[in-house]
Amino acid sequence: MLYSAKVMDHFMNPRNVGIMEDADGVGQVGSARCGDTMKIYLKIQDGIITRATFETFGCGTAIASSSMATVLITGKPLSQALALTNQAVAEALDGLPEQKLHCSVLAEQAVRAAVRDYYDRSHIPYDPADFPVYEEE
Amino acid sequence: MQIYADNAATTKPSKAAVRAMLSCLEQNYGNPSSLHHIGQAAAEALLQARQDIAGCLGCTAREIYFTSGGSEADNQALRSAAYAGARSGKKHLISTAIEHHAILHTLKQLEEEGFSVTLLPVSETGMVTPEAVQAAIRPDTCLVSVMFANNEIGTIEPIAEIGAVCREKGVLFHTDAVQAVGHVPIDLSQLPVDMLSLSAHKFHGPKGVGVLYAKRGTPLHSLICGGAQERGMRAGTENLPAIAGMAAALREACANLEQNAAYVAGLRDRLIAGLETIPHSLLSGDRKNRLAGNVNFCFEGVAGEALLLLLDAKGICASSGSACTSGSLEPSHVLLAVGVPYEAAHGSLRLSLSAENTPEEVEYLLKAVPEVVTRLRSMSPVWRDLEEGRKPHVI
Repeated sequence: MLYSAKVMDHFMNPRNVGIMEDADGVGQVGSARCGDTMKIYLKIQDGIITRATFETFGCGTAIASSSMATVLITGKPLSQALALTNQAVAEALDGLPEQKLHCSVLAEQAVRAAVRDYYDRSHIPYDPADFPVYEEE
Repeated sequence: MQIYADNAATTKPSKAAVRAMLSCLEQNYGNPSSLHHIGQAAAEALLQARQDIAGCLGCTAREIYFTSGGSEADNQALRSAAYAGARSGKKHLISTAIEHHAILHTLKQLEEEGFSVTLLPVSETGMVTPEAVQAAIRPDTCLVSVMFANNEIGTIEPIAEIGAVCREKGVLFHTDAVQAVGHVPIDLSQLPVDMLSLSAHKFHGPKGVGVLYAKRGTPLHSLICGGAQERGMRAGTENLPAIAGMAAALREACANLEQNAAYVAGLRDRLIAGLETIPHSLLSGDRKNRLAGNVNFCFEGVAGEALLLLLDAKGICASSGSACTSGSLEPSHVLLAVGVPYEAAHGSLRLSLSAENTPEEVEYLLKAVPEVVTRLRSMSPVWRDLEEGRKPHVI
């Protein structure tokens, strides 16, 4: 099998899928290279992510990566969400095939974009250097 | 339910093919080049297979060269014509934008070796016109190569007409008929074709074996040097079990060709009619000149790879020309060549049927495919943008 059982589980039974109408922060990122698009919605209370949902257009890994990312950040402070790396997403999925690693990068970027959107909306100052723009590999 | 709907990728070997192979493996194990009786029994079986295949194609046994499959046959055809042409200063080859990579990548290498290549565009249904071929032929053209039928979208090209143009201009003509042999009537005694490639596993034969047909007098270049097998044009001890299996499969396919094609086309048309009712879907390929088993749709707002995984979970084996199913992350060059928008090409699904498929399976497909398309669209932000008018639908 190309994918780990965990990738298949998060693809077949995605957690936290769907639009969040009352989101406090929304981040959408896309890969020009393969056309994948990922959107993460965050509900935030006192600096803690109380709910995270996603919508994703893309391959099985993209869907599984978004699902896993929402699981990893739910209940966590924003600082931890910002520290989420694509490696952490890939490892939590028991690894990804090399040509699919960019899907986990997308998940990391989408989370960051959603946090930044929350900061913007709430007028919370931040260092733009904490939100690097990724060049696609 | 398990449904195998990926017959353009490969087919299940027929019982006749497996029997022929087993018989060779168990009894006829000799080397056809050996002088002794066990070797000569193998040589007889080899000749029989060659004659059977020639009989199915309407050519002579001496015009059949066994190869490791369609890719090798394509490689050999192009290089043969190129190197023969180069000897008289003809270093231009013509082909099309929708060929298999066995053709396109060989042409790329030939370009690096100093040949020039013209890739003809195709119509939005994937058709190459004889007029376009005629217009592209130059005094230094040494070969025209146009596939008989396209592996992704199933379009059947006007090979007789294109061949006639080439003949008139005195240019060699090759056709990659990997998807056509055993599925479309082909009579090489009537068809103006100089070289033709075929692959056994596309018509219920074994993998790893194919044929390069080269009309008598066509200059050939050997890709593999060694012994004198295949009249010096393809060294290496013949893969007799595979060759016998191929001959058995081809005999069967040709004997039942019309009946199978009519049956499979019926399944295909039912499938196309049903899938067309999915909103924002697009059928690729030609409706009339189409392989009997080919169905190729793009569904906007979903990714083909995810579609395949969900279908697989429902027991359905299919394929896609989407970016994420290839190593390259580029969507299919064929879909792009027929003008499918880049975004829509990501959501492509190819279902390729054979005579082994049943009407019940088609009904199951007609239930399963819309289900998974709806499911993926429901979680797709791209689809939401399309549906809520933030982006225009492209199909």
